[in-house]
Amino acid sequence: MSDQKYPVGPLAEVGAPLILGRRGFLKLMGGGIFIFFSAGDELFLQEPARSQAGRPGLPTDFNAFLRIGEDGRVTLFTGKIEMGQGPMTALPLMLAEELEVTPDMVDIILGDTDLCPYDMGTFGSQTIRSFGPALRSAAAEARIVLLELASEKLNLPPERLQAKDGVIFDKSHPQTRVTYAQLAQGKTIERHAAQKPALKTPAEFKVMGKPAARRDARDKVTGKAQYAGDIRLPGMLYGKILRPPAHGSKLKNLDTSAAETVSGVQVIRDGDMIAVLHEYPDAAEAALAKIKADYDLPEAVLNDTNIFDHLSKVAPPGRAVAQGGNLDEGAKMAAFTIERSYLNSYVAHATIETHTALVEFKDNKATVWASTQAPFRVKDEVAQALGIPAQNVHVIMPFVGAGFGGKTRNTQAVQAARLAKIAGKPVQVAWSRADEFFYDTFRPAAVVNIKSGVSNSGQIVFWDYEVLWAGERSSQQFYSIPHHRTVVRGEWGGGRGGGESGHPFDVGAWRAPASNTNTFARESHIDIMAAKAGIDPLEFRLMNLNDERMKRILKAAAGKFGWTAAKAPSRRGFGLACADYLGTYLATMAEVEVNKETGAVQVKRVVCAQDMGVAVNPDGATLQIEGCITMGLGYALTEEVHFRGREVKDLNFDTYQLPRFSWLPKIDTVLVNSPEVPISGGGEPPIITMGAVVANAIFDATGVRLLQLPMTPERVKEGLKRG
Amino acid sequence: MKETIQFKLNDESVRLEVDGERMLLWVLRTDLGLTGPKYGCGEGFCGSCTVLVNNEAVRSCQYPVKNVKGKDVITVEGLAKGGILHPIQQAFVKHEAMQCGFCTSGMILEAYSLLRKNPRPSIKDIIDGMEDHLCRCGSHTRVVGAIQTASDEMKGAVKR
Repeated sequence: MSDQKYPVGPLAEVGAPLILGRRGFLKLMGGGIFIFFSAGDELFLQEPARSQAGRPGLPTDFNAFLRIGEDGRVTLFTGKIEMGQGPMTALPLMLAEELEVTPDMVDIILGDTDLCPYDMGTFGSQTIRSFGPALRSAAAEARIVLLELASEKLNLPPERLQAKDGVIFDKSHPQTRVTYAQLAQGKTIERHAAQKPALKTPAEFKVMGKPAARRDARDKVTGKAQYAGDIRLPGMLYGKILRPPAHGSKLKNLDTSAAETVSGVQVIRDGDMIAVLHEYPDAAEAALAKIKADYDLPEAVLNDTNIFDHLSKVAPPGRAVAQGGNLDEGAKMAAFTIERSYLNSYVAHATIETHTALVEFKDNKATVWASTQAPFRVKDEVAQALGIPAQNVHVIMPFVGAGFGGKTRNTQAVQAARLAKIAGKPVQVAWSRADEFFYDTFRPAAVVNIKSGVSNSGQIVFWDYEVLWAGERSSQQFYSIPHHRTVVRGEWGGGRGGGESGHPFDVGAWRAPASNTNTFARESHIDIMAAKAGIDPLEFRLMNLNDERMKRILKAAAGKFGWTAAKAPSRRGFGLACADYLGTYLATMAEVEVNKETGAVQVKRVVCAQDMGVAVNPDGATLQIEGCITMGLGYALTEEVHFRGREVKDLNFDTYQLPRFSWLPKIDTVLVNSPEVPISGGGEPPIITMGAVVANAIFDATGVRLLQLPMTPERVKEGLKRG
Repeated sequence: MKETIQFKLNDESVRLEVDGERMLLWVLRTDLGLTGPKYGCGEGFCGSCTVLVNNEAVRSCQYPVKNVKGKDVITVEGLAKGGILHPIQQAFVKHEAMQCGFCTSGMILEAYSLLRKNPRPSIKDIIDGMEDHLCRCGSHTRVVGAIQTASDEMKGAVKR
């Protein structure tokens, strides 16, 4: 995706078998000043060797670059993608800040595998946190290059010069000036941002930290924004793929004769894939429905009720990710101990755009338009499926209809590629909603076991924490506890479906992986201890925290919310929870109303205070907070994948309930800046407190403690009955 | 069975030879190249395929194309006039009432239909009217705000 019409003609050739050397590449880009830079930790940087081999001539030690063109326009090329979370808007702000241009002088090209250098994928709130600082350094480096050029051109020492809005001028004679465009003219200069130029401090920011309008808004309200399913090629066909009734099913009999009577249909059987192709998607769907297939289903052992016992039994050995003191010593200091297990269900990504890809395969080269969070992974996977070198695959990124981790798996692109090769025509595969639920890599169901103790003075003296299957992230507590241990057994990324794993189907990253489960368990448990100690839950947290930044964010939320101290259950329906998500601190408070007849929970208002260092685009950050809170109500209250054996029962939005307009709480956000800490991400953090904040508020309203998500009306009613 | 279906689409006459039982969504997206209306669930649960038929919001994935004969169909592509965004579109931009944008065209057209029937809706009216539109990114708060703004801007007069 890009926000400008880039000259596609010559640039398209960059995607041709890359015989173009580095020089050729720069020439094609049309001259100017180039700054190459790399971002992120090793893991996010390393390009697999096979992709690297496909890009001879391109430097291997960077994963983004920016160019100052001879027209003075600045273009950022990055493999990141836009799926609604806003990098298209936020990254140009960071660039503009350090380069001393206005944001409207900056264009951005995202995710095109021929134009942009390798990037592992857009996930894990990495874009602003890891990529951002590198981008700013590169922009600062570019500014230094421009100042050097200006110094030469104006025959003035650099210290006399100042850059502003794409112009460099003499501080004492502002009329002595030269524009970036003039400096870039007739030049091809490349530099590597290796050293670390001084970056601006937040106090010096002119662009960052100020509200900025979304760059994609206009296209998204006019229907102009194109997603993978909106791309049309001459002669293209639509592919629909037969879905078995359960994972692990074995095909017994297949009868495609009725499907083959549909005019214009092509039925394909390629290994395990049975598909129909047609020039109209609805005709393909109708033909697919005519296929008769019998399967042997695997024995249905697991279901959404017995899964937790099963997961406890088969959890892999543990690994202590944090420990201190001595738990036995801690136990001796305790006036009381609390031991609880917390359960969390499988949830679906359920993006409104289903997995979609269009592949054109011609002259041993493939062009792919895919809804993906990882275009470079698609490139490799499609190359492998087609048996062609990765350099022959060009992935072009349209807009993505949200991902939340679900679009890091790209099965649909491989399916489209295989079908395009067989058909000899471009093929688009757009999963049906049922396909999307069936093939989704769910957030893993999980169990957390916590045993803890509190002293007479209300100090948490020990904390013994074990998380099964959710994963490590956010498992480490941040309270000041002398004796503690955190053990992780199983990761969200390591639990593929099938007999050898604990899960009946594939699982994977779901917005803030592991953190939703860990935060639900920890912050619920903290509240249980506070209630038992007879101390207001906010006061109890503050008493047990040494981290001043966490205390400050709790107080910021309390101020906005109007929190007053009371021991729970106060019958007010107030709850709170706090968290540290990869450096972003947040505190959430909520007020709920529980209908004791129906068990329905209405969340009436939510206050979220967030400290992400500096919010690069406060508008964008606020939008992400609101989105996280609203989305988070789903896994807190209704979202749960029902299944029997390896058969997924929820295949559409009638039984799988997403948050709706009528659920809307009044949402207030508070952004607190901590200029002294690194800038961190905002696309995920506020979702992680939603389970606990609602559970704690339900307890405060009713005295009923729910230990399992989602807190459906049935579970609330059951809890009320138990008393 | 193929039949001749004539209707107005974004103010232009359209004449098609199609099987009238086909759903409007696929005819719009495939035969007519208008990809503003999106497939989200195929069963009318999510609202991302919403278009206007005689100014009424309908779920085009559930709406046979034969039912548009002689009628006026508007998709999101037909809402702006001469490059000027409709006030509802302007309000969605102003409030940034979208993230991924996939549900947006359906939301805008439902809002249009809602404001036409009820030019001065209360917040509750807006929530009730939008209830069956799903947004996974959680832009709901912004959508409600945008519809309120659009209502104020249009001063009760909903027209394109």
